[in-house]
Amino acid sequence: MDHEVARGQGVAAAAPAGVEFGRRGAASAFFAAKRRTRLALLLVPPMAWLIIAYLGAIAALLVSSLWTVDSFTSNVIHSYTTANLHEVISQPLYRTVAFRTIVVALAVTVIDAVIAFPMAFYMSMVAGPRLRRFLVVAVLTPLWASYLVKAYAWRTLLAPSGPLSWASSGHTPGYGQTAIIATLAYMWLPFMVLPVYAGFERMPRTLLEASADLGAGGWRTVRSVIVPLVFPAIAAGSIFTFSLTLGDYIAVGIVGGKTQLIANVISDQVTLNQPLAAAISIIPLLAIVLYLVGMRRTGALENV
Amino acid sequence: MFLSARARVALRLLMVVGLAFLYVPLAIVILNAFNKSQTFAFPPTGYTFKWWHDAANSHGAIDGLWNSVKAGLGATAVALVLGTMAAFAVQRYRFFGRSTVSFLVILPIALPGIVTGIALQNAFTLFLHISLSIWTIIIGHATFCVVIVFNNVQARLRRTGTSLEDASADLGATGWQTFRFVTFPNLRGALVAAALLAFGLSFDEIVVTNFTAPADVQTLPLWIFNNLFRPNQAPVVNVVAAVLIVVAVLPVWLAQRLTDDVASSRF
Amino acid sequence: MRRWMQILRMPAAVLAAGLLLAGCASSSSGSTGAHKAPNIPMAKSVGNGEGQLNIVVWAGYAEDGSDDPKVNWVTPFEQQTGCKVNAKIGDTSDQMVSLMKTGQYDGVSASGDATLRLIYGGDVAPVNTNLVPNYKTVSSFLKNGNWNSVNGQMYGIPHGWGANLLMWDKQRVPGNLDSWSAVFDKSSQYKGKVTAYDSPIYIADAALYLMATKPDLGIKDPYSLTSKQLDAAVSLLKEQHSNIGEYWSSYTKAVQAFESGTSEVGTTWQVIANLINSDKKTTVETVLPKEGATGWSDTWMISSKAKHPNCMYKWMNWIISPTANAQVAEWFGEAPAQTLACQHTSDPKFCDGYHAMDAQYAAKIHYWTTPQTQCVDGKGNDCTDYSTWTTKWQEVKG
Repeated sequence: MDHEVARGQGVAAAAPAGVEFGRRGAASAFFAAKRRTRLALLLVPPMAWLIIAYLGAIAALLVSSLWTVDSFTSNVIHSYTTANLHEVISQPLYRTVAFRTIVVALAVTVIDAVIAFPMAFYMSMVAGPRLRRFLVVAVLTPLWASYLVKAYAWRTLLAPSGPLSWASSGHTPGYGQTAIIATLAYMWLPFMVLPVYAGFERMPRTLLEASADLGAGGWRTVRSVIVPLVFPAIAAGSIFTFSLTLGDYIAVGIVGGKTQLIANVISDQVTLNQPLAAAISIIPLLAIVLYLVGMRRTGALENV
Repeated sequence: MFLSARARVALRLLMVVGLAFLYVPLAIVILNAFNKSQTFAFPPTGYTFKWWHDAANSHGAIDGLWNSVKAGLGATAVALVLGTMAAFAVQRYRFFGRSTVSFLVILPIALPGIVTGIALQNAFTLFLHISLSIWTIIIGHATFCVVIVFNNVQARLRRTGTSLEDASADLGATGWQTFRFVTFPNLRGALVAAALLAFGLSFDEIVVTNFTAPADVQTLPLWIFNNLFRPNQAPVVNVVAAVLIVVAVLPVWLAQRLTDDVASSRF
Repeated sequence: MRRWMQILRMPAAVLAAGLLLAGCASSSSGSTGAHKAPNIPMAKSVGNGEGQLNIVVWAGYAEDGSDDPKVNWVTPFEQQTGCKVNAKIGDTSDQMVSLMKTGQYDGVSASGDATLRLIYGGDVAPVNTNLVPNYKTVSSFLKNGNWNSVNGQMYGIPHGWGANLLMWDKQRVPGNLDSWSAVFDKSSQYKGKVTAYDSPIYIADAALYLMATKPDLGIKDPYSLTSKQLDAAVSLLKEQHSNIGEYWSSYTKAVQAFESGTSEVGTTWQVIANLINSDKKTTVETVLPKEGATGWSDTWMISSKAKHPNCMYKWMNWIISPTANAQVAEWFGEAPAQTLACQHTSDPKFCDGYHAMDAQYAAKIHYWTTPQTQCVDGKGNDCTDYSTWTTKWQEVKG
């Protein structure tokens, strides 16, 4: 027992006979080590990164929301006060903007789900194998086009003298909430199509045959068999559309006109009043965490 | 199939509409890369290659490209290592908190970018007192690229299972030999696909980069952001974007080829 | 271990990490009462250039030929001093203050609403004007102002000054405008095409309009507003909000908005009008309306954490040299601080048009300054301060 423990503890321990020494010594020792140690070695670096570096930074941000700034010089003062939290809760502005943001996020999610569902359906169920691969590439490629340029393309599209106005003889919604919803729905569509498509792929075809055997028509099968099975994948896609919308301020600034979403308010405040910005950040943070926890129950996290 | 012919036609139509929705704005971008009018009047007043010439000579664009490539490679490398380690831990071992690990890994990409950006900027400048540099950009990008590698590797590990590895061990191979000759070749495709996707994500990232980049390092998205509305530079930006769109097809297609189970090559 | 202890392990670890990180944060004691300029040493001499210069500038202040190949005073500077210039454009004074606080920049072209904040915040160092030879011939009414000096010590080198103007698209707006009512009128005929400057300091513009239209409110200075006066200005802005198409802070976005027809009328800087007119997609006209205007008087300041102080001093001397100051004043459309610049402008009547030497005219512009509870016009202690303005501005934008 002792020498096994010793082996587990020594990373550079001598390797058993029959294995080459030299620079493979550490690797062999890794595999020879106890299972628990191996697990620890595998988990510690990524978890250290995520927990200490990332979550620690987020926690520090939240702690900083309890600070305040000098009202004139904007230097941060390290005295703890709940003034910022109080401001965020009591000022109607933040409620209004948060509500507007959630409405936009939900609208974008629904639109994307509605567009993505038939697309994924076609790709998975109707298209042949070669066409299927081509379509996946076609859906993924726009993700590589610069996000900023896509937002600007929509600004051009909706401009008073732009293509939409030209095509519809002068009618364009202009820049505002409608433009935001359309642009963001456009941006995040591939993020919705791919998980839904993966969900379709994972669906056992035998169930569809069984459904047909039991006498269900096409529509009924879709409603009662396919949608419930694919729903976790839709939920997974919705995590992206929801969270990406909740955090977006750049595209909103480009096509949103005078409308602002919660991330715009945060980015305005972070210039000089970082503690207040941190306090306002709690709103989208909380919204996402709640959404993730809610989606967890639908099994979305396994489908991402 | 249980679908009627009419249903198939309708689906095909919806697919085309969806694809058109995706590509019409991109077509406008590519069109404007040749548009003579500087304010992108529609229909275009004429066509020219002038902007392409300007783009090739634009120091800002080329520096931006180089910085983005450096940051992307760094972030992808870190993400590959950390993501693979986490995926192995979750897929090959049973321990309390497995689902928590999955939850944690997805957080950086699920939480609003601005929150991640502010938090990291604070951590770097206010708390740790390290000045921003290309490394802080890499750290920021790596943090949310981990999830891509994690998902791809985990999916591949789940698909291939342990049977081959068990067989290898039964035949007398050591742990390292099994990894080197059995597990890793299986993983290679997933790793390359994940690397391509992670690189793409890092390459186009603007929000977190805005907060973690120093004054003198501009990635390509930052350069685009600063030049998007400038009358003389906006057409050059369109050229850069057009090039990106066309060039992107290759790695995307490559990523698809490497993962024959297309369902596993996602983010 | 107990189950609940296991569950709490992780959040506890995270919280601990957070508090630990927070504990390492640099603290600064800020006094909200009377402000004192921190003791920061002043440079005694200017040595050789360090090879690099990072500055925060207003749009158009550091042109290197990328906007117009003929407009370039940065490259000659780089050639003469070896200091490679990296200019970051700040869209608003708030952004500039924020950028200077990062300590990554050597200097800034600060307007009057940023200068005192930077001085009292310890972000800028006093300037040794003896090290800047061209300072001698700067307009005397710009020296030792209450916005750029403390107790007789100068904290910067004056750059130039000008007013925020009213601009309209001549192709889409008939006639000539001469009043801010074009943007403040509730039943504006330009509904959806009005633009305004996206910064809390714009509240002063509303207050200025009220000075002329609602004198019974008793506003004497647009930056010294009591609560009641501030609320009046804010409700005017909320009315304006329904006519606004887009707010602007980035000058390029303003240019694009007018050229594409998104905006047709609004407040602007002359440089924006110049850029639009030279692009020839549409034509705009500017005017200083009859109610008066807010404006800015800009000062070059050196960071207290400057990594390249020699280059910064060289830049400050360069930018107010007669030729360079003339160039930047003409490009931007402002009155140069350098008296000798007027002989170097390409348009010999330029300085006259901008009243560059006219101290009395200069005194009539309501320059940007940071509102404080102690009224900046010295008439009382019950004024609203800038953080209140910031909150109100957020409300206006909704």
